Amino acid sequence: MSSAPILEVSGLRVEYATSRGAVCAVDNVDLDVRKGEFVGVVGESGCGKSTMLFAIAALLSPPAAVTAGTVKFHGHNLVTMTEKQLNVLRWRDYSVVMQSAMNALNPVITIAAQFKDALKAHGAASNNEIANRSAEVMRLVGIDPIHLKSYPHQLSGGMRQRAMIAMALLFTPDLVIMDEPTSALDVVAQRSLMVQIKELQHQLGFAVIFVTHDMSLVSHFSDQLIVMYAGQVSEIGPTRQVFDHPAHPYSRGLLDAFPSIRGPRVELTGIPGSPPDLARPPQGCRFNPRCPQVFDACRVTEPLLYQVGDVQARCLLHAGGAPLLETSEASGATT
Amino acid sequence: MSAILANTAVVTGAPEPARRRAGGGLWTAVRTNRKAMAGLIIFLIFAAMAAVPRLFTSVKHPNDAAQYASLAHPGSQHWLGTTQLGQDIYAQLIYGTRQSLVIALIAGFFATVLSVLIGVSAAYLGGVGDEALSLLTNVFLVLPTFPLIIVLATYAGKGNLLVVIVVLVVTGWSYGANQLRAQTLSLRNRDFLESARVRGERRSYIIVAELLPTMTSLVVANFLGAALYAVLTAAGLQFLGLGDPSSLSWGTMLYWSQNDGALQSGYPVWAIAPGICVALLGASFALLNYAFDEISNPALRPVRRIRVKRTHS
Amino acid sequence: MSDDVSDDVSDDVSDPSTPPLLETRGMTKHFKIGGNFSRKTLHAVDDVNIIINRQEIVALAGESGSGKSTIARLLARIYKPTSGEIYYQGKPLSSMRTRRDSLGYRSDVPMVFQDPFSSLNPAYRVNHGIMRGLKLHRRDLTSREQRFAEAERVVDAVGLTPAAEILQRYPYELSGGQRQRIGFAQALAYKPKLILADEPVSMLDVSIRIGLLNVMAKLRQEAHVSFLYITHDIASARYVADRIMIMYAGHVVESGPAEAVLADPKHPYTQLLLSAVPDPRAPLAVGSETDKGEPPKVIDPGPGCRFRARCPFVVDVCHQVDPPLRLLGPGHTAACHVAKPDADFLVPAQEVSST
Repeated sequence: MSSAPILEVSGLRVEYATSRGAVCAVDNVDLDVRKGEFVGVVGESGCGKSTMLFAIAALLSPPAAVTAGTVKFHGHNLVTMTEKQLNVLRWRDYSVVMQSAMNALNPVITIAAQFKDALKAHGAASNNEIANRSAEVMRLVGIDPIHLKSYPHQLSGGMRQRAMIAMALLFTPDLVIMDEPTSALDVVAQRSLMVQIKELQHQLGFAVIFVTHDMSLVSHFSDQLIVMYAGQVSEIGPTRQVFDHPAHPYSRGLLDAFPSIRGPRVELTGIPGSPPDLARPPQGCRFNPRCPQVFDACRVTEPLLYQVGDVQARCLLHAGGAPLLETSEASGATT
Repeated sequence: MSAILANTAVVTGAPEPARRRAGGGLWTAVRTNRKAMAGLIIFLIFAAMAAVPRLFTSVKHPNDAAQYASLAHPGSQHWLGTTQLGQDIYAQLIYGTRQSLVIALIAGFFATVLSVLIGVSAAYLGGVGDEALSLLTNVFLVLPTFPLIIVLATYAGKGNLLVVIVVLVVTGWSYGANQLRAQTLSLRNRDFLESARVRGERRSYIIVAELLPTMTSLVVANFLGAALYAVLTAAGLQFLGLGDPSSLSWGTMLYWSQNDGALQSGYPVWAIAPGICVALLGASFALLNYAFDEISNPALRPVRRIRVKRTHS
Repeated sequence: MSDDVSDDVSDDVSDPSTPPLLETRGMTKHFKIGGNFSRKTLHAVDDVNIIINRQEIVALAGESGSGKSTIARLLARIYKPTSGEIYYQGKPLSSMRTRRDSLGYRSDVPMVFQDPFSSLNPAYRVNHGIMRGLKLHRRDLTSREQRFAEAERVVDAVGLTPAAEILQRYPYELSGGQRQRIGFAQALAYKPKLILADEPVSMLDVSIRIGLLNVMAKLRQEAHVSFLYITHDIASARYVADRIMIMYAGHVVESGPAEAVLADPKHPYTQLLLSAVPDPRAPLAVGSETDKGEPPKVIDPGPGCRFRARCPFVVDVCHQVDPPLRLLGPGHTAACHVAKPDADFLVPAQEVSST
């Protein structure tokens, strides 16, 4: 992996217009993706991860809009580009895999026809080229090219997702953005798909931004991990570090909320309460109503991202100098 | 894109419901929708005309023939002119509103009741019950309505408001029944209905007390459609003389204007004015319907745009 | 969640004269598919024998299409079995003909649904379902005040406070986790013996799931309620269940105490499932890299093991004979021709075909 990032997101902010005024769904996110890197973005519902993904892919439409920040892909700021300029980049340089193939694939045309649409829209020429390339990408993802003639509903869930990934690789882009591509799959199909994605990455050298709510899924596959909460990055760093030594109480709580199938059976508590209403986020640190290690300053000061070894965490416990030693019980909120 | 809409819901703290509470949501939906507000205003004006005609005109007996009867053009004394018998057209319009409105609302109401009973039951019962009720619906849907109306109305005897309403109900319920059946089919597998079934509730209870309350906006939309149908078809029936020509309504005005050759004689206002009123009342129902479309299908709601204050970094 | 769980289970099995709380024998459900003239049948559930005892949490785990949701609906009497019988406290369900009998069963065996966003009627406040349930099933409560007090009690028991205020809210005012708790409260209001929970936490955020699983364990301890916990997530099954049953293609392929099944899976499908479950704390397990997770065909399947197309240990007999459930360890059965019993376990002379 070379050191110059192919994607640099800086200060990204996305707001929605609602009947109650503008709501900030993504607040001041910074993210760098290097060539061939696998970046996992993890968080629960409402944390803004999917919105951020769409913002990066320049796919937002009203009522959502990017109100601050830049998304520099190979140095070009996608936020300020026009549709025409974006179309040159789309699919050739970066592509998107959606959450549910059944929603993203056109149900009334064959897979081959969809590949053809995509290829023609972004510059392929002869029918021969199209046929060859379509068969090639299908083989890449492990589907027999004979299935090109099928309609989406004739394929199983796992195969449809693979077809989506094949479509995303038609032009061998530098970056593939994936929004929960495995959430509709069963555990065996899920694992198989993850392994396949990793293999393709090694083969073709593209970078991946992978959004999921299932932290354990990316634990073995991602290089960099971002944990999001209430629209902000709460922790970011090399995956192994975040898993082995989570610096933010939310990351720790999230990890602890996964019962394991090996090892001793332990009683777990999860994280009490629920994510905040982004129209009215809590004062100070957004996690403070649910945090087991909350102290007075947390309710007043908004924490920045502080460096903790190899990771960065948005937590006052790590705010340079000695953290305040007084702790108080988290206020009892019901889930 | 669905991810973004889903996120909106979570961002406001709870999923946007089809409507918050029975009254509040409906009123908000109408209030915030320009088309629906326009429809509501038009409807209210007509309702006022029907309820208190004296507010709008000083004429007390619009059907009284004048002494020296003749067609007249609109003028300062008679804003829309007079009929063959010297009756003030404007006054007739005002007084005629009542019957037209009453027909629309009553026929619309009963047609909706039938649509709901048959459409919802068909979908919920499934199997043989559904097949039978669907067959019934489709037969009525496919019957050529105007010839049927004419036959029924003539057979039942002229000059009867009740007959007009019955005919409208009988011919007007099938379209709505189909719509409601389709909607119910899509709703019938919702978990809260299964939950009621597992609780041991009777089927009739589930349909009436669990399913229907969630379909209120659909039923109202249906009612508006039925009322629209009733307004237009009633006018058509009365124009053909199948209503009671001696009563006063817009349709009968159309009948008399045609009978007395208003258009040919060069006094078009008599024909056009009631026609415009029919169209306006119908339009008001159609406009109100926009609000209910949006309630039942959030995808149709107008999209807000955010004013982007860019702070370029 | 600690070891004293297993003590409760063994108490139940000790007295052979008490029939188990719920037992199914040869329960089968086929659906006709493909229009009026087709003869194809979908074998959703085939020849399933399940036993659920008192005060026990049994997990039914499998992928989608395995038949687990169909089993829940068969037990909730939403479907009728194509063949086979369900016995509740020893009495067959087919003998329950009157509405009174039927209501009695429904109050003893209620169901909790998967989707918190559609399991409560949006047109009513959340107390509606609970109050209706109390009215239908709790004859011992005679006035509205009594019913309301009971509603408050069950809502409190599932961890929602303040109960009285929550009961006045509409579903949209509650979060997904809160709504699922209301679902449990609704079931609890009947004073049930067994709650059928069909994937109750799958649609909730990860950090909230544990809270609900803890509620299930608490209800088992305090209200002596059994659970049939249906899930596709083996890890949560292990967390909360006393026994686990693994389903594949309409059959129960393995069954036994949770720890035994997970520590020593006998059926190749169970082994495959376990290898595929991601565990952040363990290194990446070596799994079958060639198995793509293709679902089995359950339309008109012939004889033979339904897992044979994906099984790394397949032999000739697997293509010809349906493997029966064999006892391979204490309380631990598996339906596989090649599975080996525990080293120190004496396999009984006869083949056992029930759990």
